[in-house]
Amino acid sequence: MKSVSLLLVIGLGVAIGAGACASNPPPQTAPQPNADSAAAAERARQDSIAAAQAEADRRAREEAERVARQREADSIAALSHTAEEVRATLATMIHFDYDKATIRSEDAAILDQKVAILQANANLRIRVGGHCDERGSDEYNLALGNRRAQAAKQYLVSHGIDAGRIETQSWGEEKPLAQGHDEAAWSQNRRDEFEVISGGDNLRRPS
Amino acid sequence: MLPRKGMGLDSVRAIVARDLDYSDRFEVISLPGGDSIRLATPSSGGTKTAHSDRTLSAALNYPLYQALGADFALDITAAGDTTVGTLHDIAAAGVRRTVRAVVPRSTDPEFRQAVHRLADQMVQAALGTAGIAATRVLFVKDGKVYQIDQDGADQKLVSSSDRQAMSPAWESDGRRFAYMEFQAGHGWLYVQEMATGKRSAVATTGTALDFTPAFSPDGQTLAFSRATEEGTDIYTINVKNNCCLRRLTVGHFSDNLSPTFSPDGQRIAFVSTRPGLPQIYVMAADGTDQQLFAPFDYGVTGASNAPEWSPDGQSVAFHRDVAGTLQVFVLDVRTRTVRQLTSVGRNEDPTWAPDSRHLAFVSDRSGYRQLWIIDLETGRIRPLLQQSGARLPAWSPRLSEAPSSTP
Repeated sequence: MKSVSLLLVIGLGVAIGAGACASNPPPQTAPQPNADSAAAAERARQDSIAAAQAEADRRAREEAERVARQREADSIAALSHTAEEVRATLATMIHFDYDKATIRSEDAAILDQKVAILQANANLRIRVGGHCDERGSDEYNLALGNRRAQAAKQYLVSHGIDAGRIETQSWGEEKPLAQGHDEAAWSQNRRDEFEVISGGDNLRRPS
Repeated sequence: MLPRKGMGLDSVRAIVARDLDYSDRFEVISLPGGDSIRLATPSSGGTKTAHSDRTLSAALNYPLYQALGADFALDITAAGDTTVGTLHDIAAAGVRRTVRAVVPRSTDPEFRQAVHRLADQMVQAALGTAGIAATRVLFVKDGKVYQIDQDGADQKLVSSSDRQAMSPAWESDGRRFAYMEFQAGHGWLYVQEMATGKRSAVATTGTALDFTPAFSPDGQTLAFSRATEEGTDIYTINVKNNCCLRRLTVGHFSDNLSPTFSPDGQRIAFVSTRPGLPQIYVMAADGTDQQLFAPFDYGVTGASNAPEWSPDGQSVAFHRDVAGTLQVFVLDVRTRTVRQLTSVGRNEDPTWAPDSRHLAFVSDRSGYRQLWIIDLETGRIRPLLQQSGARLPAWSPRLSEAPSSTP
């Protein structure tokens, strides 16, 4: 190693607006009709019967409408409950062993459910996202995540789903689900995620 | 070293001293006693102010420096906006070289690089080989690309979008870099100009997951990895004419990724999973003659990834899984033998300095992942960045024009 001495010498200088509302005066009392006439009394009685009848009819009509609305609402709720269930089943993730892209036997059943949903909903298109844990190499994990997404896609396609309905992507280790640095977190992060691209409204339950 | 008062020169002195230290080629001697020491022979009257460059040069107290064990003495003076570096050869008792450099004010963004280039010239004058002071490292943090000077100064965001980015890679002239960005479910490759920040998408990108770009030495070709339904393979594209996609590997049941060109542009080292675990392979730049590059013991050696060919062509640095954690290795290209460089903590993604003897890499040896620099000759290790989460470093070539020199 060479040695150098630093010798440093300085040179020369371095040298609202709110509007008020007037209230209207109360209306004057209307003049009373002459009620001594029997004919007038009878007319008044008939009028009140008709009014009561009309009132009863109106109430019955309203009740019928209310019941109809309730039934409709109940059935919409039931429908969306089904769609919600189907959506949740569709989104269920599958997981992988370290540095592996093989579908685990227990995850095959999860993929079978997705096959059924895709068959019951012909317009449904999905995207599979492959993810990795932080242990492997950052860039290699992009290739591994791709393998994992392709593995799920191949499973679905081999069970009769059109390949054109399934997109894949890899996020490598860039989107961890669990933030820890132990196997508990890593095992959750080695996964495929499934999301709806289109045709996800009013999902039907497989029959 | 002498205590000094000049504003600009104070910084110049500190920067140059640190550059020489970080070159790992010098032992910098600090003069004891500061300015009480007699720098010049008595006949010169100890002049150390105006135009002392010439005065001191003529009358430098060479025997004193020789007694201190110095081989060289570096004299830096400033006159107006010109900074003069004079390298004295102590044994020869004379001036080895004088370099005049226009160094902008210390508030100028170009100030530090100008000083670094001066330091590199001094190293060149002393040893005949240029230093690595005027270089930068690109890295990724929180999904963004940043640059930082090799001495840890001037960290700056260079990403020009909010999308998540990975894998920055320099063009060999240091004017542009390529990187990958996640976008709409795919990996897009971009080439961005350092000076303007202007960027353009690489032709054919955006249809698949493209990643790990690498420039050919002539800057005309970009090699990269593309993940499709068939797996991951290596492609090249002509980035000069934005044409001519070529596929170099056909993996079928294995992945091929992370290409890195030899400095003569003739070969590409890469990662392949054809033996099961990823290992380091090499091929001709046209994709022919693919073969194992870094030897491994089947069933014993761990996964090997992230190769980068050294600028002198003699080595390929990479990382390998050793007992469940990653360590930096260097392959000797001629003998095809590997040696392990690190053993403390997890160490990964090595990148070469232009002197082919320093590597920047990611290590968690201090408790969290950050960037470190190792000198392969002395084994000395220093942190480049004291921040958690930095990764995927890429060390630049020597940057910009050198200042005018008078030998």
